[in-house]
Amino acid sequence: MPDQLLFAIEVTLNGLMAGVLYALVALGFVLIFKASGIFNYAQGVMALFAALTLVGIMEGQVPFEHLINVTFGTEIHGFGWEVPALLAILLTMVVMVLFAWAVNWIVLRHLVNQEPIILFMATIGLAYFLEGLGDMMWGSDIKTLDVGLPQGINTWIDETTFNAFGYGFFIDNLDLVATLIAILLVAALVAFSQYTKQGRALRAVADDHQAALSVGISLNFIWVLTWSIAGFVALVAGIMWGAKSGVQFSLSLIALKALPVLMLGGFTSIPGAIVGGLIIGVGEKLFEFLIGPLVGGATENWFAYVLALIFLVFRPQGLFGEKIIERV
Amino acid sequence: MTGPGMSAGARGRSDVRDSLDHEVTADGRKIGGVLMDMRSITLRFGGVEAIKNISFDIREGEIRAIIGPNGAGKSSMLNVISGFYVPQEGEVWFRGSRRPPMKPYQVARQGIARTFQNIALFEGMSVLDNVMTGRLTQMKTGMAAQALWWGKAQREEVENRARVEQIIDFLEIQHIRKTPVGRLPYGLKKRVELARALAADPMLLLLDEPMAGMNVEEKEDMSRFILDVNDEFGTTIALIEHDMGVVMDLSDRVVVMDYGRKIGDGTPAEVRSNQDVIDAYLGVSHD
Repeated sequence: MPDQLLFAIEVTLNGLMAGVLYALVALGFVLIFKASGIFNYAQGVMALFAALTLVGIMEGQVPFEHLINVTFGTEIHGFGWEVPALLAILLTMVVMVLFAWAVNWIVLRHLVNQEPIILFMATIGLAYFLEGLGDMMWGSDIKTLDVGLPQGINTWIDETTFNAFGYGFFIDNLDLVATLIAILLVAALVAFSQYTKQGRALRAVADDHQAALSVGISLNFIWVLTWSIAGFVALVAGIMWGAKSGVQFSLSLIALKALPVLMLGGFTSIPGAIVGGLIIGVGEKLFEFLIGPLVGGATENWFAYVLALIFLVFRPQGLFGEKIIERV
Repeated sequence: MTGPGMSAGARGRSDVRDSLDHEVTADGRKIGGVLMDMRSITLRFGGVEAIKNISFDIREGEIRAIIGPNGAGKSSMLNVISGFYVPQEGEVWFRGSRRPPMKPYQVARQGIARTFQNIALFEGMSVLDNVMTGRLTQMKTGMAAQALWWGKAQREEVENRARVEQIIDFLEIQHIRKTPVGRLPYGLKKRVELARALAADPMLLLLDEPMAGMNVEEKEDMSRFILDVNDEFGTTIALIEHDMGVVMDLSDRVVVMDYGRKIGDGTPAEVRSNQDVIDAYLGVSHD
């Protein structure tokens, strides 16, 4: 096989892995948008906040440490213990559920029946608040997140492909694990929504609020549930991104990459979020590989957005979105 | 749901049963005590009074109709009963105790199911799934139990599924069980909505214009289903209709509304001979 083709295959595989992470973030958006019609701008910051909280708990940081020290003149530097990864993940999940509950009771409850743009503005506010809160609670330095996931080149794939083609593929173990976890996560979400009564209630609310009320579904409960699930998805995304490139505040910017993913896949479709993520992931890596050298590189910064723009012109509802039918 | 309101209601029910003697209709159905009592209800939207000081009751086992011309306040009244509107004045008594202001989902959990004038179904879900949502109030297994104790949740699902299949058979919609509701014609959608409401095994079933927009044949089918539901399950039914003919055949007692006021209340025969009712329907000037 020619080298160029082998390179392209390797790039495609790596693109798929990157796409999985985009898809994870996009999934959080879709869940909330479907259930409540809210475009949650804060989804990316939720991933950041979840990752920060996870690191903070694992390293035994005292929340608001700096603030407490400055205010009371104390010299607190951590609890002095370390929490095992699994327990820390559970505790972080508890924090995310509390956050979901607080968002609903403090913010969204008062905005029922408001225009979508107002709800959207509220989530922008939420995003900045959460970013500030994360900073205040856990500090703004870049942290490494190590929950014990395997990292580095997968030697088995490297050797196998080297023996077969004379060229070893570089696939990161972390990307493989991320893919596996993403598949499990999506399978669990599908099972939840199809086979449990809460899942059925969730689909009902996503479909028609009035009808849902009339069969005894509490919208508030469902919204807290959806935001909790979105918080869980954010946590998973935060762990993956954090393990890959450290927990830092630029993590919240990955949310922006989810936007073109959603435009491709449709804002209301879970399969759409996944396929959209994969297309963007593969597309931008391949484009950089094939066209990048001709235009001076750095195409990964804009490729996704241009692709989304093209989709907006020709298929505004996305690949899997609900068809837009206008009654005249 | 097991709130304090519920237990008070349960107690109230036995009081009612003890204090009232049953009546038997000409066709052998049993009409019991007062199930729902609306006392001096007034509902305003801004300066407009949609319902003006109306009182009436619904008795166990009967088919109670609310009729009146367009804009009379019929749907508003149904929305008060089902908790979608909260009246500014008046009291709602259900099963012998006064009902505090409630959210619609709480009302549903008390055993009051409803359909909507403009059909509110879950368009993206299959007929079976739609009807299954009607069982949500009957399914008690919590979320943690569903995740951890799969067997119990599954058994509950199977039990509820059996009841749902029974209702689907009863309303003769077996052939469309797996069809997404969005694809169904109007008449069938109405029937699916009735099935979903029935699936809750409601104590009180509210039907908002169940025959609106139907052709004669569909109307006859729907009338038959309503009568059968009342007859076989003993379900108490309150329905809104503006087609006088249909209502007179179906119902045991009729409330007539016009411009937010009650202008008649009684058996179909009584109502038909009521001069105010005749005037309202023939369009006698109101000023």
